[in-house]
Amino acid sequence: MKILVCISNVPDTTTKITFTDNNTQFNTSGVQFILNPYDEIALARAIELTDGGSGSVTVINVGEVATEPTIRKALAIGATDAVRVNAKAHDAWFVAYQVAQYVKSNPFDLILTGRESIDYNGSKVAAMLAELLDIPSVSIIKKLDIDGNTATVEREIEGGKEVLTVPLPIVAGTAEGVAEPKIPNMRGIMSARTKPLTVIEPATVETFSNVIRYETPAPRGQVKLVPADDVAKLVELLHSEARVI
Amino acid sequence: MPVLVYTENADGKFKKSTFEAVSYARAIANESKTNLVAISIGDVGAADLALLGKYGADKVLNVTGDKLKNFINQAYAAVIAEAAKKEAANIVVLSNSFSGRGLAPRLGVKLKAGVADGAVALPDQADGKLIVKKTAFSGKAFALVELTSENKVISLIPNSYKVVETEAAGTVEDFGPEIKPADLSTIIKEIVRSTDKVSLPDADIVVSGGRGLKGPENWGMVEELADLLGAALACSKPVSDAGWRPHSEHVGQTGIAVSPNLYIAIGISGAIQHLAGVSSSKTIVVINKDAEAPFFKVADYGIVGDAFEVVPKLISAIKDYKASA
Repeated sequence: MKILVCISNVPDTTTKITFTDNNTQFNTSGVQFILNPYDEIALARAIELTDGGSGSVTVINVGEVATEPTIRKALAIGATDAVRVNAKAHDAWFVAYQVAQYVKSNPFDLILTGRESIDYNGSKVAAMLAELLDIPSVSIIKKLDIDGNTATVEREIEGGKEVLTVPLPIVAGTAEGVAEPKIPNMRGIMSARTKPLTVIEPATVETFSNVIRYETPAPRGQVKLVPADDVAKLVELLHSEARVI
Repeated sequence: MPVLVYTENADGKFKKSTFEAVSYARAIANESKTNLVAISIGDVGAADLALLGKYGADKVLNVTGDKLKNFINQAYAAVIAEAAKKEAANIVVLSNSFSGRGLAPRLGVKLKAGVADGAVALPDQADGKLIVKKTAFSGKAFALVELTSENKVISLIPNSYKVVETEAAGTVEDFGPEIKPADLSTIIKEIVRSTDKVSLPDADIVVSGGRGLKGPENWGMVEELADLLGAALACSKPVSDAGWRPHSEHVGQTGIAVSPNLYIAIGISGAIQHLAGVSSSKTIVVINKDAEAPFFKVADYGIVGDAFEVVPKLISAIKDYKASA
């Protein structure tokens, strides 16, 4: 089975988010970039599914050369080879379009993405890519099994879950539960240096959206502390002041 | 050109987040002095369809049939795109629910539309532009995104826009576009929905527990508090990682982002990753025995004290309040 995993290069989860140039650019100064945590889950499941030698796991990233350490990390974790589309990831549509162009000439049985990237949180690439390829997609999945040509998937819904089957090829967005992220071992790190990383140039595509600027949430006022022995006071404040109960 | 809103249902009933999307779409339509058309897909009864008029739909396209009884994003996207074309609607609004996140991107591609996912406020439509404020960096920031395409898709975060009642005709019309068999290849085997629990992304009140609760056996009081308040349960990442609670309750940067009216955090220190997922809550209450816990810095109300003493007292105080109300 040939599996493609779409990966993003995102700020580490502990990053304090600030902006520059009148709040139009994300301030990357001093920021540590990592493999998107949800993509790590997708990659781990892809490696499990091809364990035993049947098939391959290709990772693809749309990004400039600065994303290569993250791509090498994915190779160290166990991907077979990698592709980088040499362009700044403008938005989800741009990324999905570039990946679709690649997949149209290099077909895969299964395409995985993380449920969302932790920077722009769009959850869009998976379904956009599937629509461009005219194949099924399942977003925010908690379980993924493959039997022959059919995927059995558990999808999260409000207050529960849905179990569905769908014929391959598909695009699926993985969440926690699908697999445990894998940590690269020394052999993986050594071999990652020599695994193939192909760089391709982007296709031209129309732009439909632009970020005008960013805002940070308004700071909250000083916390009101209620003594631990006067809990009724808290209930009263929640009722009469905050008006939430 | 009218605005089209997709009105998601669960087991034939519209949810609060659906009415929020209708009210939000109505406000967008008012701003551009146009009509609002709603589209419902699945098995929704006449009484429920009538509610869409109450929240501002001038017309309701009702799509029924066995094939479309359950949500399949490919088929539903095809139906909604057909409706948009039929009505010449250039803005499509839907809820950023789990299903909405599978639909909006497909609609964007089908309609050659820019997609603003996770909107938290009405778009700015000044000067013929359309700029949407959406969450970014997992709740640590907002991005103002301009959609420059002729067609536009906007998905609204649950609990971020108030339901408004307005009288509109809400005339129901049957709509039955052709569906390609290839769009129906997904088979729904089972839907498991716990009806006795409040769903976390939609909840008005969320009660959340962290490592300070010491073990899964201590969740009884958290559950009792949640039941009493009609709240959904949530937890921090270490708690779900340890298997004390299911992953579906994990709130934070790599879990679910929530924006309830009231978020009560018990025994959670407030790591930056957790705060990211809850920062858009309207009111935050923190109960923690460590006065230096970072969560207090972003809380509205706090109690410094042992959760095992404070929570039972809080439960009885709420019982007293309810008895007197």
